[in-house]
Amino acid sequence: MMTQAAELPWFAAVPVALLLLAGAGLTLVGSLGMLRLKTFYERLHAPTLGASYGMSCILLASMIFFSVLQTRLVLHEIAIAILVLLTTPVTLMLVARAALHRDRLEQSQGVPASARRRPDGDAS
Amino acid sequence: MRRLLPHPVVSGCLFLLWLLLNGTVEPGPALVGLVVALLGGWALALLDPGQPRLRRPGLALRLAGTVLVDVARSNLAVTRIILGLNKDRQAGFIRIPLALREPQALAVLAGILTATPGSAWVEFDAEEGWLLLHVLDVGEEEEWVRLVQDRYAQPLMEIFA
Amino acid sequence: MTVTLLSWSLLLAQLMLGAAMVCASWRVLRGPRAQDRVVGLDTAYVNATLLLITFGIRSGTSVFFEAALVIALLGFVSTAALAKFLMRGEVIE
Repeated sequence: MMTQAAELPWFAAVPVALLLLAGAGLTLVGSLGMLRLKTFYERLHAPTLGASYGMSCILLASMIFFSVLQTRLVLHEIAIAILVLLTTPVTLMLVARAALHRDRLEQSQGVPASARRRPDGDAS
Repeated sequence: MRRLLPHPVVSGCLFLLWLLLNGTVEPGPALVGLVVALLGGWALALLDPGQPRLRRPGLALRLAGTVLVDVARSNLAVTRIILGLNKDRQAGFIRIPLALREPQALAVLAGILTATPGSAWVEFDAEEGWLLLHVLDVGEEEEWVRLVQDRYAQPLMEIFA
Repeated sequence: MTVTLLSWSLLLAQLMLGAAMVCASWRVLRGPRAQDRVVGLDTAYVNATLLLITFGIRSGTSVFFEAALVIALLGFVSTAALAKFLMRGEVIE
């Protein structure tokens, strides 16, 4: 296990380790939010933690690790970064709109009836 | 030139992505990548999404920098909220009037706001230009309106003008 | 020295990502409503992608990278289809 890592100099190993821990920590906090936050719309914010800087840190760690190990630039992780960065907002927006649609059909409390500001000024 | 490369930016990005995935710049894979990039550009032209014009690349770069910093700040704020360090917060919906109508600019704004952990784009009323936003920590509603309008919508309007 | 540092930080990172997977899966199982489960599934997909990347660093091969790319793609397509289903009750109209 980890036979190649012995060849890794310390100036690459330290940032890789730190980035891995930071990224995994942020992702864990985001997923903890899935447990701890109370309503659906609050939980909608939780996955973005892992999908923004959590993902970037871990992919950066992977890029540094393989680039130093193979002594050439290994950048194909950028493909995953672009994919996750572009798709996460899209899926979250789709799910949010679907949830809003369903809540309005069921006439749930605390969900705005429309995006427009009413002249009579409903509070929610 | 227009017929060969209807979407030069998209074709260029496809070509770069192909080289990244292959991990080489040898002529063989590069040639295949060139064909893929050209075909991708033509396919997009067939779909006809309209021609977005990027007016001010410098401003676009500055906006990207602002977004990076804002997302990092929002990451920390949401971390505090989830770990229970910020007790007196109130989640809620906010309505924001927008003058932005360009579909591409609106798509970018939606991406920015949803990728920021503290806020999520929920609905947009295209007729009157109202945006419904859900935020994790409302605080001052006026501040959110100003943040979206001045910090993001204004530069986007100049970039996509 | 670098081996111990890297293997311990990798182990810790993988444990944290595993715990994140458990949290997301709990939300998928628990609900209470369909949209909660869909957001949980989306989170689980992103966490699985990152977990595969860490496995790639541990093994030193790029096989896991391709698996991670496929999982990330699958996550987007399935969540988009599920969101469409929630909206209309049908995936294909």
